[in-house]
Amino acid sequence: MFNSCYTALVPLLPLFSFILLIAFGLRLPGKWAGYIGSVLTGIAAVAAYYTAWTYFSLPLDADGTRPAVEILSWEWLRFTPLLAIRLGIYVDALSAMMWVVITTVSLMVHIYSLGYMAGEKGFARYFAFLGLFSFSMLGLVVAPNIFQTYIFWELVGVSSYLLIGFYYTKPEAVSASKKAFIVTRFADLGFLIGILILSYFTGTFDFQTICGSAQDAAGVGGALFAPALQASFLGLSALSWAMLLIFMGCAGKSALFPLHIWLPDAMEGPTPVSALIHAATMVVAGVFLVARLFPVYALMTPGVLEVIAYVAAFTSLYAAVVACVQTDIKRVLAFSTISQIGFMMVALGVSGYGGHAGEGYTASLFHLFTHAFFKALLFLCAGAIIHTVHSNEMKAMGGLRRYMPVTHLCFLVGCLAIAGIPPFSGFFSKDGILAASFAFHPCMGILMTAIAGLTAFYMFRLYCRIFHGPYSGDTAAAQAEHAEAGHHTPHEAPAVMTAPLVFLAVLSLLTGFIPFGDFLSSDGLPHAFPLQTAVAVCSVLTALVGIGIALYAYGRGPRPAFQRMADQPNAFLRAAKNRFYIDRFYLFITHRIIFQGISTALAWFDRHVIDGVVFGSGKLTEKIARKIRIIQSGQLQTYALILLLGVLCLIGLVLYL
Amino acid sequence: MANIPMTYYLVLSTILFFAGIYGFITRRNLLAMLISVELILNATDINFAVFNRFLFPEHMEGLFFALFSIAISAAETAIAIAIIINIYRNLKHIEAQKLNELNDLK
Repeated sequence: MFNSCYTALVPLLPLFSFILLIAFGLRLPGKWAGYIGSVLTGIAAVAAYYTAWTYFSLPLDADGTRPAVEILSWEWLRFTPLLAIRLGIYVDALSAMMWVVITTVSLMVHIYSLGYMAGEKGFARYFAFLGLFSFSMLGLVVAPNIFQTYIFWELVGVSSYLLIGFYYTKPEAVSASKKAFIVTRFADLGFLIGILILSYFTGTFDFQTICGSAQDAAGVGGALFAPALQASFLGLSALSWAMLLIFMGCAGKSALFPLHIWLPDAMEGPTPVSALIHAATMVVAGVFLVARLFPVYALMTPGVLEVIAYVAAFTSLYAAVVACVQTDIKRVLAFSTISQIGFMMVALGVSGYGGHAGEGYTASLFHLFTHAFFKALLFLCAGAIIHTVHSNEMKAMGGLRRYMPVTHLCFLVGCLAIAGIPPFSGFFSKDGILAASFAFHPCMGILMTAIAGLTAFYMFRLYCRIFHGPYSGDTAAAQAEHAEAGHHTPHEAPAVMTAPLVFLAVLSLLTGFIPFGDFLSSDGLPHAFPLQTAVAVCSVLTALVGIGIALYAYGRGPRPAFQRMADQPNAFLRAAKNRFYIDRFYLFITHRIIFQGISTALAWFDRHVIDGVVFGSGKLTEKIARKIRIIQSGQLQTYALILLLGVLCLIGLVLYL
Repeated sequence: MANIPMTYYLVLSTILFFAGIYGFITRRNLLAMLISVELILNATDINFAVFNRFLFPEHMEGLFFALFSIAISAAETAIAIAIIINIYRNLKHIEAQKLNELNDLK
């Protein structure tokens, strides 16, 4: 059975690593900070695997579901006899799966960073923040109630902020970290209001109670959700509002349109951080939360779930189009992440509850699982490339396969996985999503298949631009420039960096064969999802077409026609390159309307009215004080006289009043 | 002695008290002010003794308080004279109204 000791170790070891490194990191010689962080994360990973293994080998309940286990529970705040906030560790199939993903990717990123961050200023600080992030993310997924989720949700936001702004001397990094923090905070405002509405009407924060009641809508659930369903505001029930607002928080964290703007900028952080936080773990927290509350979404507010599907499908399309024209390799990966998260959310949105209808739910989490590994792999490869080329721009690359064979192979595996080519993992999970989309509506299925084709195109465009065609550093001018900057011909990354790449590449190859439905499904009943042959053939053909176009266009360097399109873009391409001006639109709103319109007026009011009152009272006091001060002459006898008069007055008062 | 009524004693102490206060407020010389303070203290000592004698003849606390008060005023006088001597040594005068070296509102 479960032993709470080693389970509690999983989140606490990274926390310990954070405290240790933040306190003593500067005194540790050489790479010791990194070794300590990696070893502690490694132990946490082993404990997490063991927890997952123990959990999945538990006997099934009589009704065939796998019971959730609350391993630790500690009452933290009690508001009323009914409403209390507990902190604890709640293990079910979803959180066990998330633990495996988080600790694996975190461990790989720790090891990789030993090489990538070697010699950087703030090496210990970097590993300390990685520890803080791992702790927060591990605590987030095992939250037994929505309030603990919220606490850790903010903690991952903070650690993301700290890590994006890691190079705090770079103005872009600082503004990117602020942007990420503010945009997600704005979304979290909605999340918090959603939590408050939900808990106000249901009187509980507990996931188990909320989800259990949703599954039992005719019985207990009816009573629990009745007040929230009856109260209505602007034509929607309070429950719908709550679930929509909670989804707003998810959209902010998971970078769904229109709150996606922070994620591309977040690429200013160190690349391993992008791999861990902005590709594999934190950005899927939104998917995780919708999955956590899935019974409520699916059974109580199916309308909201449909909204989620549409928002996510649009995000996915938008990000895929933008990714096709970006030239910064990390930005391409960032937009591809947004697009893939869109895929996961679509799968949740189109999914029904239970049995065959719940296929989307399983496919979504399966995609989360596989995506974490191959996207982390792609980012870490990109890091190795940037490490040796000293640039993020595609035009500084090309032909690198001769110089970095291992990275090349790993990147190719990642690309094939994300493009959905069998037998790589992405194929299996994406097939599930596409099948669920077709089951929802054929249009949705066709749209998602087309986006999958676009994915294949932009990923192989990226692949060709990096690894094929002529190497830009071969020209004499580039070589002179390189020599001047003290750079060198590209070379393979050290083993400490390639080992995680190879490990993740192997995972990207193998994870697709996990019978995911046996472990995780919407209603907890094991359910085998057969491969949808028709859908699979369609999606593979589309992906092959995308790859074919990319290979044709960029296989030996960009073909003249495509180069011309990039040089003299038409209106659509220009708009796509500028991310369809969404950022400009936000700037317009924040700078023109909020800063210039509202803030200027408020600042005037503050400076003249509020400050006027404050300063005025100060000045008045000073003036009065100057007058009164004359009394303080320093003449002892004057004081004595005044004292006497005072006493006489008091006596007079006592005697005659 | 028992024929003298209590009021007489109190009138005497009141006169002494206000004479002391008058002197404390009007005299320029620190020594004169110190003497005035002594007058005030003597007035209170008389009050202690009188109240004890007339109101609680079986107790002695008032008389002891008078004795205490005399001893304390002696100690206080010693300190005050020491201060006055130091003032004289530094400033060559003991005029109370001119002791305003530390005051910026001259």
